[in-house]
Parts: sequence; structure tokens; C-alpha cells
Amino acid sequence: MTSVGSGYDLYVSTYSPDGKIFQIDYANKAVENSGTCVAIRTKDGVILGVEKLVPSKMLEKSSNRRIHHIDTHIGVGISGFLADARQLITRARDEAKQYRQVYGQPIPIKVLSQRIASYNHVYTLYGSVRPFGCSLIITGIDQYGPQLYMVEPSGSCIGYFGTSMGKGKQAAKNEMEKIKFTEISTRDALKEVARIIHTVHDEVKDKDFELELGWISMTETNSVHQLVPQNLFEEAEAFAKAAIEEANQ
Amino acid sequence: MQQHVSFPVFGQNDYFNYKNPQTLENRMPVVDAKKKTQDPIVTGTSVIAIKYNGGVVMGTDMLCSYGSLARFNSIQRMEKFGSYTIIGAGGELSDFQSLSNTLNDLVTLDHCIDDGSKLSPSEIYNYVARVMYNHRNKGDPLWNSLVVMGYQNGSSFLGKVDLVGTCFKDDIVCTGYGAHIALPLMRKAALDNPNMNLEQAKKLIEDCLRVLFYRDARSSKKIQISVANENGLEISEPIELDTYMWQSGEAAVKSFSQV
Repeated sequence: MTSVGSGYDLYVSTYSPDGKIFQIDYANKAVENSGTCVAIRTKDGVILGVEKLVPSKMLEKSSNRRIHHIDTHIGVGISGFLADARQLITRARDEAKQYRQVYGQPIPIKVLSQRIASYNHVYTLYGSVRPFGCSLIITGIDQYGPQLYMVEPSGSCIGYFGTSMGKGKQAAKNEMEKIKFTEISTRDALKEVARIIHTVHDEVKDKDFELELGWISMTETNSVHQLVPQNLFEEAEAFAKAAIEEANQ
Repeated sequence: MQQHVSFPVFGQNDYFNYKNPQTLENRMPVVDAKKKTQDPIVTGTSVIAIKYNGGVVMGTDMLCSYGSLARFNSIQRMEKFGSYTIIGAGGELSDFQSLSNTLNDLVTLDHCIDDGSKLSPSEIYNYVARVMYNHRNKGDPLWNSLVVMGYQNGSSFLGKVDLVGTCFKDDIVCTGYGAHIALPLMRKAALDNPNMNLEQAKKLIEDCLRVLFYRDARSSKKIQISVANENGLEISEPIELDTYMWQSGEAAVKSFSQV
């Protein structure tokens, strides 16, 4: 990397001559080292899928969760440093709770995403702090229907039909381009997400991984965010494995 | 000469120096500023509840009075919290709403933690008891009598918490006027029929609310009955109680108005 040793990458309060803040680029690198996270929005709900890399066989299954609930109607997928993400999760829960107390209704997904983005942005302004080494995909259902936002270390906050982050983000985006987001059903999208995560997983570099699926849907989950139930999870994973088997033949 | 008055500025060192005669606190005695609401404004009356064979039934009327004025006649005084608990409230309505918000935050947090365990009725009961006791120790009680009921893992729960933080569990629980009028009736009914079923328990609650309607001047005949059992939680739609046929007096009233 050209920036290393140039002296422009020591603080987040210093621009490089070509207009970059290297600390933010490095934070994005931290996100790209982590397992892939994919989300797809349908007309009925949103699906979250995470490739959770398992660094040791001694880890208990379902530890180090990467899909979190923020409120009953909001779920978040994280990539990057889990500890950094946890602070954002806590912050998001506080924001959601505070919004309820002040306005007496659930926080809209857009408002929450923008507040978390602002929080991220503050950590790109001062020499005394470093940006968060994690990105969030924020999903949920509010009065405007299903919503999907991605918040990055720079403080950007963008809405999507489908998006991805982490190691396999480019491959996942290529896979997603084939999906017709306005037509696909939530159950089909669930299988698609499982398939994409299995497809982008690099068996050579990372051996084991655990699939984590979360969803929220107006018809399937009564607009409550939850982890996908065991039977549907197994069905989706079986579909994913079968699809990959077929592609390899 | 005009006297110079220095208003305290937040962050200034002498802000909390009460000995300085120029401070706001001395001109407005602390006692007044800290005085808490000492009486309720909009109030609900009794809550009555009983365990039956296989669950719990609770009943309240739907009236919220403004002093002796029957001000709001269609207010639900029972709320669900989580999957297993219902709380019924008498006393200050706004205090109950505030408590509901606190508890709903707790339930939301419990959902977020997502560890497979959910708040049990007894956890919520104990939490509510701590909240009530804390407030009373601050001299600022939440002016309510609360009945907590629930059903989880095959066992019923029924308990009561009041505005000073007193709390206890029992098979029959009543608050307010109900504790004087309905409680003895319910105890007798339970003694006569120790293995009450749901229908009998509902009927007992309804009958007791009818008696309360006759005797308690702050009650109404529009009631709700809620049930917690293995099928989950249910709060009924409003029920209009069948009461004495007051029409028999109508003729007299009419003739009076025609005079």
C-alpha cells in the first residue's frame, strides 16, 4: 500500500494529498477480512445471511453471533470487528428505545440507520479516535414497508434492494444481480441467501463456517425480526448445497 | 438603586452552594421544588383475580374516574407483557402507563438478547415490586395497586403489588374495594368448589364485578376478563354486565319529568 509510511495515515483528522482519509480505508479493510454478510429485500420482508467463520473446532456452536436484534422490528447483520460492532449494536438499541420513549412508536429503519451513520461519522473527525472497524446491514419493517440499509465506517448510509459486505462481497453482488427483487417471494429469497453464502465461501482459505440466517416478514414472522426457524433453515441450507452440487457437475 | 441579581449559570462553581443568599434555590425553597404529586387524578378502581384448575382469570371494569366524575368509560386496565404475563391496574392511570412503558422496554430487551429464555411472570412480578418500592422510597410513589398474573411451564402465577411496594402471592387476589367486597365472596366460592374450571372462574369474576358495580360508586358495568393458561394470554373484548332491570323505575322518572 502506497499510503504506508507516507505519514498521511496516522490520524483520521489528516487528508492525503489526493483527498483520502486512510484510516477510513483501513477500517474498510477490517470489514473485508471478515466473513460475508448478505441481505435481500423482497416486497414482503428482508432476509439476512451471514457466513460465520469458525476459527476453532472448540468453539461452541452459535457463539459469536453476527445477527442481532435491535428492537422487535429491526435486525442487524455485522461484518468486521465483532467488538466494535457490539458497541454500535448497543447504541442502536438505545436509540430505538429512546425513540419509542419520545415519540411513542417504533423507530423507522431509515431514522435508525442515519443515527448510527452519524455516530460512525463522528469517529472519522477527531485525531483522538479511530473509526469503527465494522459495517452494519440494518433490516426491518416499518410504516414504509420492508427496509434495508447498509452503514459503513465512513458514516455513509445507503438503502438497497440487496447488498453484501465482507470477504465475498463482490462475488455475492454478482450472484444477486440475477434476482428480480420486486417479484421474488420471501421463502425463495431465503433459499437464495443461503445459496449465495455457500457459493461465495472460499473453502481453500477458510475451512469451516456456520451459516446464520435472520429474517423479518409481514406474512411469515408478523413483522418481528427473528432467526430463521430450524426446519426452514435446514431446508434452505439443503437447497443451497444441492444447487452448488448441481453447478459443479 | 436596583439590586444586582446574579442567576446561577449551569457549570458555575457555586451552583449548588445553598448558603449563598443569591442562589435560585434559596429564593425558591427546595421543599417546594421537590414536592411530589401526593394524590392520584385519573383513577381506576378494583382489580380481582383467581387461580382456577389450569390457569388464572382476572377481571376489571373499564372506567377511569376523575375524582368522583365517571370521566373515561372505555379504558383497558389490563396489559400483556411478554408471552406469559398480564398485569391489571387500579389507581392512577398515567402511572400505570408509565410503568407499562418501562416494562415494554424490558420485554423488548429480552427479545433482543434472544437466548431462548423469556421473562417469566414471577420475574416481572419481582421487577414491578422493586420499581414500586424504589419510587415509594423516593417519596414519589406510582399510585397503583397492581395484580400480576401469568401461566408458564404448566404453573399458574398470581400476585399483588401496591403503591408502597408491599407484595405477596396468593390464589385469590383483589385490590381496592374488591379486597373488601369481592374477596370474601371469592374465598367462599373457592372453598365450596376447590377445583374450579375456566367457565366457573369466569362466571365468579363476572358475578363479583357485578356486586362491585352495585356497591362501589367508582365502578362501571362495562368490564373485561382476561385469562392466562396453556393456550397463552387472552384479554376479552368489552363485556356489558347484565344488571338489575332499572327500567322498572322508568315510569316514575317519566311521570316526574312530565310534571
